[in-house]
Amino acid sequence: MITEFLIKALLAVLFLGAVLNLAGLLTWVERKQSAVMQDRIGANRAWITFKSVWLRPLNWILRPLNALGLFHSLADAIKMFVKEDFTPRGADKFLHTLAPALSVVFALMAFAAIPFGNTLEIGGRVINLQVTDVNAGVLFVFAMMSLGVYGVILAGFSSNNNYAYLGGMRAASQMLSYEITMGISIMGIILCYGTLSLQEIVRRQSHLWGFAVQPLAFFLFMTAALAETKRVPFDLPEGESEIIGYFVEYSGMKFGMFFLTDLVETVLVACLVTTFFFGGWQVPFPLGGLSHNAVAAVQILSFMLKVAFFNWLFMAIRWTLPRFRYDQLMHLGWKILFPASLVNVLVTSVIVVMRG
Amino acid sequence: MATVVLKRKELGFLDRTYLPAVFMGLWITSGHFFKNLFLHGLHSVGLFRNVRAGVTYQYPEEQRPLSKRTRTRHRLTRREDGSPRCVACMMCETVCPARCINIVAAEHPDPNIEKVPASFDLDLGMCVYCGYCVEVCPEDAIRMDTQILDIAAYSREQMKLNMTELLNPRSTHLYKRDIPDGKRD
Ligand code: SF4
Ligand code: SF4
Repeated sequence: MITEFLIKALLAVLFLGAVLNLAGLLTWVERKQSAVMQDRIGANRAWITFKSVWLRPLNWILRPLNALGLFHSLADAIKMFVKEDFTPRGADKFLHTLAPALSVVFALMAFAAIPFGNTLEIGGRVINLQVTDVNAGVLFVFAMMSLGVYGVILAGFSSNNNYAYLGGMRAASQMLSYEITMGISIMGIILCYGTLSLQEIVRRQSHLWGFAVQPLAFFLFMTAALAETKRVPFDLPEGESEIIGYFVEYSGMKFGMFFLTDLVETVLVACLVTTFFFGGWQVPFPLGGLSHNAVAAVQILSFMLKVAFFNWLFMAIRWTLPRFRYDQLMHLGWKILFPASLVNVLVTSVIVVMRG
Repeated sequence: MATVVLKRKELGFLDRTYLPAVFMGLWITSGHFFKNLFLHGLHSVGLFRNVRAGVTYQYPEEQRPLSKRTRTRHRLTRREDGSPRCVACMMCETVCPARCINIVAAEHPDPNIEKVPASFDLDLGMCVYCGYCVEVCPEDAIRMDTQILDIAAYSREQMKLNMTELLNPRSTHLYKRDIPDGKRD
């Protein structure tokens, strides 16, 4: 019992650590990828060198990291922590503090149901490489993503600022509209694989990945999920250029948490797309002759590579597309994506019933 | 009526799904991304350094090539024997709109040459880089072709140049080309 608990705790810490690190790294990826895409060099002046003679050899290691600008993420974090944490007059102090915590916590909770590998066998014990195998994992993930709206609405609501309020409202309506599409588009996958457990969905994709079974659902899900992350093409809740955003009244680390939430959600969406449509930890070629644990390691690597690829893709989309106007956003959500997802469910159900 | 009614092209179904435009956009940006990434990779192992992977000039280490006619920091030209060509005619001091030139004239030992500046002070903190002093000089004694642009000092006093500094523009305290320790090679 206690060993079970320890193993789960270890898995949770490892996975959470990986996710948070990846989210931190994404700030760097964002800077550098956008720069390279736009023929620029990108931030590279956060420079750490040691002057003391004894520590000089470290400079050799630091040099390439410096040149890549990796320490800008560190500089960002320091800046966030030492900045003034301001609560506007008339704001609800408790809710104002609670909001960023809520949004980041729910985003991180959703990772609990995501399988990042098959099973490990250590000393006769079979460890399921998933923080918790909720048998209704899909529902759990969607519940967590919906609860993420809470933080955003609270932020807008508790700031005592009309612009923040507007931003919160926009965020709420956008996330609600796209959540529906997201939920319905994933119905196709659930119908095809006949299970709500994410681990099971991944296992059943061993021959054919979900992308090939449900191509329309893939596009719908990805679009809706991108809208969930509230980043550019769909960044109306933030509206950097209009200063209408649910976090206009946030500064310091509280703002940092919202910022982190966006990146964590990007990772989450990448994980979900991988899990539902790209075979999760499945490896597309046979791995004969390897021991069970070695295969598991390759599968974890495969999962990570897929997630990294989708993060890259989302970054590319974020730095390529201009953002939607509000009416276009609603139009796309309700008049195109929503009916399309319904049609997808209908067609899938008919096919599933006909095949028995 | 002199108005032209433009017919907006109706978007087709495919256009209204945004998909073709999205893919085209991604195609272009990813093209740039991979091309530049490849070049950066080559640069890091020392190949094709002359093909730029970005339009950015990493300023203090790498200066943008300037046109020859760019008005940059002043210098005083010299005669063959090394003495300043300036004859202290005060033309530049007179024409200078910012009144930042201050010349004290003195007799030149050579009777063929009228005068020589005993001191020639130029306050870069006041100069507006109009180039009138260069235009007006009858002796081609002052030029603005040193290609030195980065002028920074901690006080107004330090922005003042005297004759020696003007004669040797690259020797002054205002000309700092030492790059911070550890930055680039
Ligand atoms: S450039 Fe113009 S302002 Fe500067 S010293 Fe010459 S005349 Fe004066
Ligand atoms: S115009 Fe030329 S020659 Fe006359 S004082 Fe100025 S620099 Fe000297």
